[in-house]
Amino acid sequence: MLIDILFWVLALVSVASGVAVFMVDSMARATYALAVSFVAVGIMLVMVNLEYIGIITILMMVMEMAIMAVYMVMYMGMNPALMPMDMTHNKRWSAVLAAGTFVLLATGVLLIPWPARIGAPAADLTASLGEAIMGPKMLAMLTISPVLFATIIAGLVIANPRGRYDRWGDDLKRGTPDDPMQGGLGR
Amino acid sequence: MAATRTMGPFMADAIVQVSPAWAVLAPVGLLLFALAGAGLNGALTARSAGRPFLSGASAPLAQVARLLRQRRQVTVAADVLLWRVGAGGLVVVALLKILVIPLGSWTLADLDVGIVWFNTMDVMVWALFWLIGWGANSAHALVGGYRFLSLAVAYELPLMFALITPAVAARSLRVGDVVAAQQHLWFVTWMPIAFVIFCSSVIAFSSWGPFAAAVGRDIAGGFLTDVSGVDRLLILTGRYAVLTAGAAFAVPLFLGGGAGPLLPAWLWTIAKTALVLAALITIRHRVPTIRPDRFAEVAWVIVLPATLLQVLIVAIMAKGS
Repeated sequence: MLIDILFWVLALVSVASGVAVFMVDSMARATYALAVSFVAVGIMLVMVNLEYIGIITILMMVMEMAIMAVYMVMYMGMNPALMPMDMTHNKRWSAVLAAGTFVLLATGVLLIPWPARIGAPAADLTASLGEAIMGPKMLAMLTISPVLFATIIAGLVIANPRGRYDRWGDDLKRGTPDDPMQGGLGR
Repeated sequence: MAATRTMGPFMADAIVQVSPAWAVLAPVGLLLFALAGAGLNGALTARSAGRPFLSGASAPLAQVARLLRQRRQVTVAADVLLWRVGAGGLVVVALLKILVIPLGSWTLADLDVGIVWFNTMDVMVWALFWLIGWGANSAHALVGGYRFLSLAVAYELPLMFALITPAVAARSLRVGDVVAAQQHLWFVTWMPIAFVIFCSSVIAFSSWGPFAAAVGRDIAGGFLTDVSGVDRLLILTGRYAVLTAGAAFAVPLFLGGGAGPLLPAWLWTIAKTALVLAALITIRHRVPTIRPDRFAEVAWVIVLPATLLQVLIVAIMAKGS
């Protein structure tokens, strides 16, 4: 009973703080409202015995929101992001899109013939999750990892405004790199 | 959540989960440790200023009294909600951290994923320090919040791998299993790099000592600039509490938990925690402040590969044994 009440309270909190993301007038509040929503979802995952996934969701999302707040302020330009501002844009089409998606998903939930549960959950869900990822799916993970890593490197290379020739000179023979910010290793 | 556990081969003095009613003692213990830490810091400060040791040791009590009486100052257009959340959250996060730390053989929450739980709580600190900086609506405080985040990006990955290293050796994310795996040999002896990096990260996520640039004097106190009264008390207490929780977590992770001769296990946990905390407090008076912008490169080019190397060595040794 108590568990049920807690679950519904968390469900309400997650939806309400999700709504708050678009209602508040500050970048920081919007970001951390989203973080609260994710934390509520994470606790709900823990409540259905998915401890690892639930806690890691909270970890990743709080970390991500802390960084996202910085980027949101940065991309808005310092001034507007530090002042009260509207969190919505293109209101009519977003409303249409949101309502349409909701109707589609809700219809799906109600109309799909949900299958009955086959088998029982493993005793240690964290270990079985690890085995599921690292065992039969290892080949997929090994293939995806380098691709993702290469994408990150490529993204950085494309975005990097100053390469090694800027830093170390045309023949790469400068003694100390010419950096706008000094310090770090060997400088 | 309270999963039952099959007895493994090491379970001679297994960690047992005690009644949640004992949780009322957790804040008392944590705050006493925080106060003792603050007292030691005050004493060391007094000694370096040439004043008597004891006058410094009692300074925290005087400061508590002063801050409780101080009127709260509010800046123009402050984001009061987020400010208060940041100020009050630190102590809460420290309390949530110590839930999974066993005192001798008793623990409040014997989670399957206790190590990940601790890690999650230290990530909460990212948000809290930034929110304190943001809430005041003042430039220096905000610079402090940003400085902390730039430091966090440098220390968090090494910290994660330092946390994972004992878990790899114990083959479990459960803190009790990590303690049990150290029955014959404390982890600090064969994973010293992970231990040192863990302790440094604890200092960093407490914005303390060499990693206190976010509250630096050059930015007029950083995110502490505009906090006053009870908010300031909560933040300062919270920093000591987070430092204490980190020191206490080093005990089950690297220092054998409650293992030790003669004394009961719970007393060993307290003694080891006090020792680690004293070392973390003292380091503030020995090491200069490190600039986060310069430290980032060191963290990513030297510290992170060092932790990876440590995990690799431990994984090979754990596989072989």
